Amino acid sequence: MGLSKLNGLYREVILDYANHPHNKGSLATTTNTMTLHNPTCGDTINLQVDVKDNKINNIAYTGDGCTISQASASMMTDAVKGKTVDEALAMAKTFSDLAIGKKHPTTDLEQLGDAQILTNIMEFPARIKCATLSWWALQRALLKDSEEEEKNE
Amino acid sequence: MDNNINDYSADFPILDQQVNDERLVYLDNAATAQRPRQVIKALTNFYEQDNANVHRGVHTLAERATKDYEDARKKVQEFINAPTANEIIFTKGCTDSLNLVASTYGEQNIMPGDEIVISIMEHHSNLIPWQQLAKRKNATLKYIELTADGELDLADAKRKITDKTKIVAVTHASNVMGTITPLKELATIAHQHGAVIVGDGAQAVPHMPVDVQNLDVDFYAFSGHKMMSPMGIGVLYGKAELLRAMSPYQFGGEMINDVHREQSTWADIPFKFEAGTQNIAGAVGLGAAIDYLSNIGMEKVQQKEQQLINYVLPRLVVIPDVQVYGPQSPAKHTGVIAFNIKGLHPHDVATALDMDGVAVRAGHHCAQPLMEDLGVTATARASFYFYNTKEDADQLIKAIKETKEFFNIGTI
Repeated sequence: MGLSKLNGLYREVILDYANHPHNKGSLATTTNTMTLHNPTCGDTINLQVDVKDNKINNIAYTGDGCTISQASASMMTDAVKGKTVDEALAMAKTFSDLAIGKKHPTTDLEQLGDAQILTNIMEFPARIKCATLSWWALQRALLKDSEEEEKNE
Repeated sequence: MDNNINDYSADFPILDQQVNDERLVYLDNAATAQRPRQVIKALTNFYEQDNANVHRGVHTLAERATKDYEDARKKVQEFINAPTANEIIFTKGCTDSLNLVASTYGEQNIMPGDEIVISIMEHHSNLIPWQQLAKRKNATLKYIELTADGELDLADAKRKITDKTKIVAVTHASNVMGTITPLKELATIAHQHGAVIVGDGAQAVPHMPVDVQNLDVDFYAFSGHKMMSPMGIGVLYGKAELLRAMSPYQFGGEMINDVHREQSTWADIPFKFEAGTQNIAGAVGLGAAIDYLSNIGMEKVQQKEQQLINYVLPRLVVIPDVQVYGPQSPAKHTGVIAFNIKGLHPHDVATALDMDGVAVRAGHHCAQPLMEDLGVTATARASFYFYNTKEDADQLIKAIKETKEFFNIGTI
């Protein structure tokens, strides 16, 4: 088989999002932020959201990680920009559900835009966390979950 | 290297399979080794013939199980040349062994203002127990730094270890870079200052002859599963006079001498530290793994790994855009090699290698302070054991080249 199966994971569009990330940087004004770590690999995402009139007015992220986590953050931020908080949370739920093998109707998938391409991550169980990290960060940022993961001194 | 000599892979049923339609090349031995048929058979025999709880039974099976368990202890004693079998404590694993020392010896002997000295290349299991102990006791945790070549800096060790130092805890071989440390020299320095030395042998005992008396270490910890035993069994060696002065780690059955309503007295070593039903089958499996290794001879095991590293390391370092961390000279290495492909995250590398049948680890390898020191967030890690072959090394090199090609990284 060799690396041919990799084409299923690292499609051109994914490599493009990872290599030319969208919305990477910092926002001047933020209403919701969340930093998440993937302790198994050291990936970090620092997500900044500016919510205005219950809509995601602007969103950006910093951090580093593998191709999949970077592409996912890039796609996620594109997909939720301009959506209402509830719409964005529904999209995050769709993505997390797909990652654990739960089915969703096609209309939900279409909502995800380019990000739906990454849902084929299920074929690579070890990499599911890489793809879901940014969606979890979005969920926790919007729900204003505890500021950051608990830090035990 | 001549591959037909010393090929042990046929003893390992798990290695004879394909993953992702490719021949499996298992290079994650630093995480856990595979089990030879001989170890699996010893476990089956134990469960089919001798299984019972130990030390308290009078019946025949209990006697057999007790003998099996204590025979395993003797095998460990001889394997690391401990003076007596009483100084061998069975634990859950290396992490458990190190926590035992920190929470008994450390708890009793560390005072405010004392120093604990470790190295920057420690696995979290030989770092966090000391970090937390230092916090509890208002003691100072100090790190021995590395030389530019990724070796332990002995000159820095001499500066860091002072008369205030009470415990020096250092790995015998790095789980990331494969660096072998001068544990014996460190023991001498520690003892000159009246400190005890704890050796973390998780990455050493499976790969080279270890003699705790020659090293003159006070405590020495290792896991069974990295040397082909079942998981969940490990060893703590400690000098008898130190172990006797230490308070118990956990309380319960098997570890007592006499129990009354208000007070209890403890069993002698090693039982004082073995509360509750132990992993008896695990100990039996460890004994079988030791038999297997002793049958080959640890010098020969080390030699075989050296041959593999001599073969693979020069072929790896010459691939453009591949960076190898730690010593570049094969002679200073165990079978562990940490590397990155420039411009590619190690997790992507590990997924790609897996598609070519090659199992490596990617991440921080439970050594985040070392990652910070190396200026990376993560690395890929290929770790060889004596049953790996020249074909395995070739398949790794080929897969790395294909990975670069797939991701369009530089020249191949």
